[in-house]
Amino acid sequence: MVHNSSVPLYWRLRKSKYNLIGTRCKTCSTAYYPARHLCQKCRRKGEIEEFKFSGQGKILSYTIIRSAPAGFERYTPYAVAIIELAEGATISGQVTGKIEDIKIDQPVIPVFRKIYEDGSGGLIHYGIKWEIADGQRA
Amino acid sequence: MVDVAVVGCGYTKFDEHWNRSLRDLSTEAGMLAIKDASIDGKDIQALYVGNMSAGRFIGQEHLGALAADQAGLIPIPATRCEAACASGALAFRKAYMGIKSGEYDMVMAAGSEKMTDVKGTDAVATLMGAGDQEWESAIGLTFVGLYALMARRHMIQYGTTREQLAMVSVNNHRNALHNERAQFRYEITVDKVLKSPLIADPLRMLDCSPITDGAAAVVLVSDKLAGRFQNPVWILGSGQASDTVALHDRQSLTEAMATRVAAKKAYEQSGLTPQTVDIAEVHDCFSINEIMSIEDLGFCRKGEGGKFVEAGKIGRDGEKPVNTTGGLKAIGHPIGATGIRQVCDITRQVRGDYGKLQVHGVKTGLASNIGGTGATSIVHILGSERPGR
Amino acid sequence: MPEIGIVGYGAYIPRFRIAVEEIARVWGENAEDIKNGLQVYEKSVPDIDEDTVTIAVEAAKNAIARAGIDPKAIGAVYVGSESHPYVVKPSGTIVAEALMTSEQVMVADFEFACKAGTAAMQCCYGLVKAGVIEYGLAIGADTSQSRPGDALEYTAAAGGGAFIIGKDPLASIEGTVSFTTDTSDFWRREGEDYPSHGARFTGKPAYFRHVTSATKLLLERLSLKPSDFQHVVFHMPNGKFPQAAAKELGFTADQLKAGFVVSHVGNSYSGSSLVGLTAALDAAQPGERVLITSYGSGAGADSFSFVVTDRILERRDKAPGTDYYIKRKHNVDYGTYIKLKRKLKV
Repeated sequence: MVHNSSVPLYWRLRKSKYNLIGTRCKTCSTAYYPARHLCQKCRRKGEIEEFKFSGQGKILSYTIIRSAPAGFERYTPYAVAIIELAEGATISGQVTGKIEDIKIDQPVIPVFRKIYEDGSGGLIHYGIKWEIADGQRA
Repeated sequence: MVDVAVVGCGYTKFDEHWNRSLRDLSTEAGMLAIKDASIDGKDIQALYVGNMSAGRFIGQEHLGALAADQAGLIPIPATRCEAACASGALAFRKAYMGIKSGEYDMVMAAGSEKMTDVKGTDAVATLMGAGDQEWESAIGLTFVGLYALMARRHMIQYGTTREQLAMVSVNNHRNALHNERAQFRYEITVDKVLKSPLIADPLRMLDCSPITDGAAAVVLVSDKLAGRFQNPVWILGSGQASDTVALHDRQSLTEAMATRVAAKKAYEQSGLTPQTVDIAEVHDCFSINEIMSIEDLGFCRKGEGGKFVEAGKIGRDGEKPVNTTGGLKAIGHPIGATGIRQVCDITRQVRGDYGKLQVHGVKTGLASNIGGTGATSIVHILGSERPGR
Repeated sequence: MPEIGIVGYGAYIPRFRIAVEEIARVWGENAEDIKNGLQVYEKSVPDIDEDTVTIAVEAAKNAIARAGIDPKAIGAVYVGSESHPYVVKPSGTIVAEALMTSEQVMVADFEFACKAGTAAMQCCYGLVKAGVIEYGLAIGADTSQSRPGDALEYTAAAGGGAFIIGKDPLASIEGTVSFTTDTSDFWRREGEDYPSHGARFTGKPAYFRHVTSATKLLLERLSLKPSDFQHVVFHMPNGKFPQAAAKELGFTADQLKAGFVVSHVGNSYSGSSLVGLTAALDAAQPGERVLITSYGSGAGADSFSFVVTDRILERRDKAPGTDYYIKRKHNVDYGTYIKLKRKLKV
């Protein structure tokens, strides 16, 4: 699809998507991932700074996608979860690895993976996916 | 204060219309509404068109002018309204407000979507434009996936069962049996839903509304003109609210806050309550959304939607008939048309001239149209009596 | 002169495996003969969303964790592989940003068949020794290609090793040499999906000549003998070759043991000897010597002698051991393997 294939879009978000970099309001300490540049609580009184999330999180809900949108067909079935990060933000992410073991409230850890490929000749989009934590890796 | 009534309505057959284009369908719907109202098209002063994504489905933007052009209504002002799957209700609300403001006395609100010109996988990707493109679409989420995330949470938090979800689809299919314009006119069973292919666990094929082509239109008039019409159906309340576009940013995965806010406004304006409104058209794009909507619209308490469905309370002869003509599941869901189609069905039920589809004794009805995973929610309440002033 | 060597190291091996029996079943071959011949029982398979870049990043994160350094102090990132995802566009830029190095960093992709990772280590060593950079990150990673039905299919695996080279090492570099000739035993032309190889020609004139020559040269330069080393690692295209090379050079099976990872993960090409080195370092004690000789077709071999320092005791446990990745496994059937390796057109 046209938009998923945008090179500037991928480039613009790469730091954030490679390393869970969001923002945080200095005034109220609310952390945002994806980044927000206006604090939802403090509004103009807030002061936003860049903030790297630890990667600690747990699964709030999940699904296994069996019917994929264009560009993701080769990955089916794949798991997508809403993950609650330790710092408070909740995000959507793919869970990779042993997805048959996936459960609600399970701790997960971030791993670096391919997310999307723009066909065989286009750009490869990398970013964070999640694996079920086994206590061996941080 | 100006009061506004619906005096004409109609929608095309909802189907996979391989041989028909968006412009054909839109024009047909407009003509159906004009004939139903027994007016001359030249009396229409403005046109609002609800459409989600013609740009991606058929490569066509500028739909307002196109609709006016095809309907032979130029040079009246024509405006496209977009709020994802709530585009239809948004067009209706804009038309309503156009009259309410005193600017117009007769307006057409239409909705349309032509979805089958692209491959299924492209349609699925296009629909994700209603979600967060940078953070949901980018990781391969689909709309059924997003609703599956809500369904899983609802099941865990409230004990909603897989069977209860299936009963939503069963009810919608049963209600569509006599709806000649519905895409699916056959009964299904709970067992059949549970054996249909998984699309995004726990949701299955028969939990999902289909990909559909279709258009719908209504004619709205001010109280000044309403007297000319035999059976005006009055708009008693109109509410619209917004929430985060991304599901993961919500306070709750099991509640559409925007629906509660929009409904509260519409109930307040109408003087009706969830208990006193007769019937409802709710946004069952996926079975879980009908259960959540029943709760968010106040027909039962949060978490009890599954039981409400299981107890048969949403049936045509139940305590609160819901989607009496088949809903998005069985009629089909041409995105931009749905919000207008809901108003058409409520209008007919309130008029009491709906033939085999008629539910007995309907005086008021509610239409709830939801965009995305609940980022836009629009609720309208219509009734046979002009609002008390 | 302060000691220079490995400050941090890390391995990564994908979780999927395919057994020799499963591949042999599809091609109608005798699995027992193959296992006896290759001394490989199963090999690692990358997940569908893994490639050289993702493997490099995961291995490097472990190396950085062990080194305990700020990634911004890394002055060079060199990624060695023969399966870089792009022909034009470096893996290293993606790896560097994923590791949050400084933007003032030297980056390049290396290719020298299976020894590109050790070549990257030599470059980092040179730059650190010259005082140009404080730390250099050298990575060898691959998602190896093999033609379905080819003998290579039993061994061509995925994995990688990453090493941060700098001062105050956990294993200091005593010396490094290379032995290089124009010997075409294995190659892949531009645009070709699978490599070609010279079958038995890959043995004596290629692997054995280069591995033994480089190792002998290193021993000679450093005036050391095989018995001076507690651990030795050779490139592991299969189980037989490194064992035969060790024997020829006078090393014992015991010295080979800690770094001998091939039997259960296969040959991860540029990752092969480096993953072996991480496993040897997991087992090594302060004061012990570790020898590694990589081999790259085309052909060349790089030899290093390391002396393990006390630092290993405080750094080793800061990342999962290589054994963790070897034991963390999930076997797949041939159909799944074909899907994961994208040999299916979809």
